[in-house]
Amino acid sequence: MSRITAVFERLRAAERKALIPYVTAGDPDLGTSLDILRAMVAAGADILEIGVPFSDPMADGPVIQRAGERALKNGVGLADVLSLVERFRQTDPDTAIVLMGYANPIEAMGRDRFIAAAARAGVDGLIVVDYPPEESVDFAAAVRAAGLDLIFLLAPTSTRARIEQVAGLASGYIYYVSLAGVTGAGHLDLDDVLHHLEVIRELTDIPVGVGFGIRDGATARSICTIADAAIIGSRIIQEVEADPVHAAARVGHFLSEVRAAMDQPATNAA
Amino acid sequence: MNDRLAQYDLPDARGHFGPYGGIFVAETLVHALDELAQAYERYRKDPAFIAELNDEFAHFVGRPSPIYHARRWSDVLGGAQIYFKREDLNHTGAHKINNTIGQAMLARRMGKRRVIAETGAGQHGVATATIAARYGMECVVYMGSEDIKRQASNVYRMKLLGATVSSVESGSRTLKDALNEAMRDWATNVADTFYIIGTVAGPHPYPMMVRDFQAIIGQECIEQMPQMTGRQPDYVVACVGGGSNAMGIFHPYIPFPEVHLVGVEAAGDGIETGRHSASLTAGTPGVLHGNRTYLLQNSDGQIIDTHSISAGLDYPGVGPEHAWLKDSGRASYESATDSEALEAFHTCCRLEGIIPALESSHALAYAARLARELPRDKVILVNLSGRGDKDMPTVAERSGMVV
Ligand SMILES: Cc1ncc(COP(=O)(O)O)c(C=O)c1O
Repeated sequence: MSRITAVFERLRAAERKALIPYVTAGDPDLGTSLDILRAMVAAGADILEIGVPFSDPMADGPVIQRAGERALKNGVGLADVLSLVERFRQTDPDTAIVLMGYANPIEAMGRDRFIAAAARAGVDGLIVVDYPPEESVDFAAAVRAAGLDLIFLLAPTSTRARIEQVAGLASGYIYYVSLAGVTGAGHLDLDDVLHHLEVIRELTDIPVGVGFGIRDGATARSICTIADAAIIGSRIIQEVEADPVHAAARVGHFLSEVRAAMDQPATNAA
Repeated sequence: MNDRLAQYDLPDARGHFGPYGGIFVAETLVHALDELAQAYERYRKDPAFIAELNDEFAHFVGRPSPIYHARRWSDVLGGAQIYFKREDLNHTGAHKINNTIGQAMLARRMGKRRVIAETGAGQHGVATATIAARYGMECVVYMGSEDIKRQASNVYRMKLLGATVSSVESGSRTLKDALNEAMRDWATNVADTFYIIGTVAGPHPYPMMVRDFQAIIGQECIEQMPQMTGRQPDYVVACVGGGSNAMGIFHPYIPFPEVHLVGVEAAGDGIETGRHSASLTAGTPGVLHGNRTYLLQNSDGQIIDTHSISAGLDYPGVGPEHAWLKDSGRASYESATDSEALEAFHTCCRLEGIIPALESSHALAYAARLARELPRDKVILVNLSGRGDKDMPTVAERSGMVV
């Protein structure tokens, strides 16, 4: 069983939901990124999504774009992100790690070389934003063969046929993008998300995480009445951006509040 | 001729030209692209759509554009005869309008009331703003803040036409970043918005669709050249930024094996300096802007800053069909530096009384080089993709003048 699947099983048994924070590697620098990752775990994160900087992040809003630009200015590339994971793994054998990024840095390294290096470094899953299922059949097989999970996105515009296709290739969890748009955009429409999750649930047993637009504990909690995980990205980067020197402490503080809200026992009030 | 054309039927159903092309986008755009591909599939064969497009070409654009024999320049060079396909005479001053009309007509039929576009030189932005004005559509054009500085007159033209020009401050602040920003807008406003891409790049069906709308250029040449010269040309030469004017003139000629197709990229300060935009000449395959193609990138797979004196060629990728034509050997790709393009620009002004766009001047520079090496009975057809009015400030500055 993959580390990601183990996380979801453990949480299910405890009747809890997964908290999945995202942070761009190398923003403000790799040393701080390591501190941030550890602070996230201390605050109750279950799976960490680590963003791989890319020069042309077409699916990201301004906040994550800026984080990527800062990381690129530091010269941080895919190989550095893998070393970051390796360093993190030396002290944390349990927390699942997912790399999230775009296809080109992976292709530049070479798909097979990258998959092997990621597995060796202790990565558990991959999200390649611009590899839709049609273009990743071979890649998905190679990723699976290396014991990693390939995580796909679904969107409000995804058709039933599309959901079935993704369900056939995905493992670990499915990342449901809560709104039409880019990361960090607007506010999310809870009813709409819940409706779509029901459809996805009908078609697959893979855990579903919801991201894009979750900015506080209350929203994370509501989302998790149905979803298996709350994914938070831009809101965390804002903490880093606001005070890079104390980034780890600020991110930890913010996430513990979210965790507390998610873990609050259910009340009868709707 | 039809059965010759039938042998070349790329791309495949998912937009692949051999290993290139495809659909490499986030899930948020997949449905929009499916919808677009279906609509295009339906209307490309619809007689009413074709009739309306031809009518727009005739009465709004001024097609067919003529072919012109550059006699004095050919004489001075002393070799092959150079002919220009006069896309510079189109309404709005470049080939870009051919494509924007086609896509805007599609947008109308799909019930989208808002169009968006990316632009580098501003020519595609102007062409989009133009058709949006004519069709009464809301129009937003994304343009890198660096390009806004170098192409002020086109920015003003877009505003006159009622478009909103949105300055892009991310990344290198040029065309590639404008394309990223337009994609983000599209993902956010997909319900009422149509994204009019200005070149044969982006995810399927854009490279195919833009090529088809631009193919009118080559289709006309195939009719016109025998009337002008008694036969088809020996060489067809076009500049390549994203590659739309080149694909437009190349595509109908693909089934004519005796016609050499040559794309000319921007060598900027020189390929060896690294300051250029010659993706096919000096790049490697990768994935950007929704397709797999040749890219200018570093060893980490980050897209690198490009340079060209012409904003319209300043792009680190290239349409995937060009990548395929290069690998297959059906077309070859050369480059011309900033100074070679400028020299051709000035020569064309003085000898032919035509002020070419700096983009097109790259094709002219290579054509002049080639003509010298060929005997007088050879024929070179150059796609004069646009006129140089927009480039006055750039050229003047190079000459130490202010206009
Ligand atoms: C006159 C002219 N020619 C060529 C180009 C390059 O584009 P493409 O390679 O798509 O023809 C541009 C782009 O702005 C242009 O304005």
